[in-house]
Amino acid sequence: MKEMTYRDALRLGLQESMQADPTIVILGEEVGRYGGAYGVTKGLLQEFGEDWVRDTPISEEILVGAAVGAAMTGLRPVAELMYVDFITLAMDQLVNQAAKIRYMFGGQISVPMMLRSQGGTGRSAAAQHSQSLEAWVMHTPGLHLAMPADATDAYVLIKHALTLADPVIFLEHKGLYAQSFPFNPESAPPWGRAKISRSGNDCSIICYSRMVQRSLEAAAQMAELGVQVEVVDLRTLHPLDMETVTKSVRKTGRVLVVTEDCLTAGVSAELSARITEENFEYLEEPVLRMAGEDIPIPVAPALEAASVPTNESIKQSILKLMRKK
Amino acid sequence: MISENSRLLYLQLLRIRTFEDRVGELFLQGGSAGTMLHLSIGEEAPAVGVAEAMEPRDSFTTHHRGHGIFLARGADPKRMLAEIAGKEAGYCRGKGGSMHIADRKLGHLGANAIVGGGIPHVVGAGLSYQLLKVPAVSVAFFGDGAMQQGNLYESMNLAALWKLPVLFVCINNQYGMGTRLDQASASLEFVKRAESFGLVGKEMSGLDVEEVKKEAMEILEMTREGKPAFMKIDCYRFHGHARKDKSPYRDQNEEAEGRKKDPLKFQADRLLEQGVSVSEMDSWHKKVADEMDEALNFALETQEPVLNSMFEDVYAPNLTHPESVGSRIDRALYSDILLGDSR
Repeated sequence: MKEMTYRDALRLGLQESMQADPTIVILGEEVGRYGGAYGVTKGLLQEFGEDWVRDTPISEEILVGAAVGAAMTGLRPVAELMYVDFITLAMDQLVNQAAKIRYMFGGQISVPMMLRSQGGTGRSAAAQHSQSLEAWVMHTPGLHLAMPADATDAYVLIKHALTLADPVIFLEHKGLYAQSFPFNPESAPPWGRAKISRSGNDCSIICYSRMVQRSLEAAAQMAELGVQVEVVDLRTLHPLDMETVTKSVRKTGRVLVVTEDCLTAGVSAELSARITEENFEYLEEPVLRMAGEDIPIPVAPALEAASVPTNESIKQSILKLMRKK
Repeated sequence: MISENSRLLYLQLLRIRTFEDRVGELFLQGGSAGTMLHLSIGEEAPAVGVAEAMEPRDSFTTHHRGHGIFLARGADPKRMLAEIAGKEAGYCRGKGGSMHIADRKLGHLGANAIVGGGIPHVVGAGLSYQLLKVPAVSVAFFGDGAMQQGNLYESMNLAALWKLPVLFVCINNQYGMGTRLDQASASLEFVKRAESFGLVGKEMSGLDVEEVKKEAMEILEMTREGKPAFMKIDCYRFHGHARKDKSPYRDQNEEAEGRKKDPLKFQADRLLEQGVSVSEMDSWHKKVADEMDEALNFALETQEPVLNSMFEDVYAPNLTHPESVGSRIDRALYSDILLGDSR
């Protein structure tokens, strides 16, 4: 089967989308001449020209705000924030403007823009370059949120997102860019549907982004111990595919939610509460959560690695859930 | 010799003033949705002068004191008052209200209740016009309060850097809510701030609507060619910040002096000098009062939104995917502009 890196899949998705839609303009910090801090937009300036692949000042509020205004008036901007941590500087434009314009204005005005960024740990980039801030986005009605876990989804999700009429926050993972994955776009479920990345009957892991990979590795180890773990990759957090989640939960009766964002009031809290409310009578055990520690991300590699779920800690949680510890 | 321009400008000023009076009545009758009503009485000339200098294709954003600007750009007072009353027939189906009124068809990209919140949007609109080759300008209207917001300067920088057709209009009414401008701003040299980014800058009085229109026309001509500009237009806010605010923070003498700078009276005097008779002027007043009374009645009588509509418009209704570029552009703003080979 064909293989592709996560980074190349994103670039291919962007490139093909731009070829299909002449109103797509890429705006961002270092997206043009530099080729993107993580290399995703490399070569696009040469193909589409500097009008359509625009380096912006390091000026996050206007970067996102201009994307909002451009989206309202005919363009489809793709704004890149180098690190999701910088979203704080653009929060008004994201939360009060992009997310609410359709609603406040009674459905008259669409904001078909994308805000691309990357988050997560793995490069010892410390507290202001390593966060997982998806809960903030998920907490805001009006935004779509995609978080691909592999190259195929990076490609199919970015291409679909660039046809939507509403703002999409597209969060990549810095630890995945250089990795190669099997690339098979025909196999991908549609936008808004989760996928069963590994099938099993004994317990379900609900996860997304890089935690899919770690969960799959933990699941493989559990298989050696005779426990069949089902891994559900959400792919998009809005829309959230509770149908697929529910089906898996009712099949296995045991659930572990694994996220990289910090535990308190995080995505894992929302998922756990919904799963419990909707499936209480099917659960053999309370829903367990594995998430990032409630600390700023430290720079020391050993501390950083220990601050988010690992293969080993996921495995330990499954053992606990199976009462085999 | 009575100038048609003078007469039209006066009528626009009068419509705004009368509209704002009806907004106050709506509030007193308990027909307004909430307490967030920010009247722009005293600020009519900057609104009318700049709005009249704009072309139909130009877009704009306003602040939370933007009733007058929208009206001057052609808004229907019925639908405006219905929106302020939180009714389904309002511009935004009763979801936006006074502070979030918008109309795509008139190029109104939205009033904004975040001080300075709409300013970056005109920069994005300017980028659309530049890249899609639309001969339009986007104008941001805001108050002196927004002069201390960082996004204004980020916006000015990008507009100048990319040579976008964007005009920034600061309607300086001297107060950011209850704080006088000189208590909020370390420097009052606003034009210098804009000029330091390479923008064309202009500071002027907002008393004479004809002067404002003339200046705005000259500036917009340059702006249309990709030279972004900034106008600071001084006036005085006759009333408090919001409907219930009696402005105890203001000196009574100052208020009395401020209200002498009345753009309506200034234009009326000009017309009387030109030979308009008092009875003719009275007939205009009567006509405008009738128009606004009708709008007020409409707002009071038209129906409330059905409850289920609260769930609509959070996201676009399910469209057939992928949507064609052409149909999206149609919905965006300019159905009459062909994309052609823009890229």
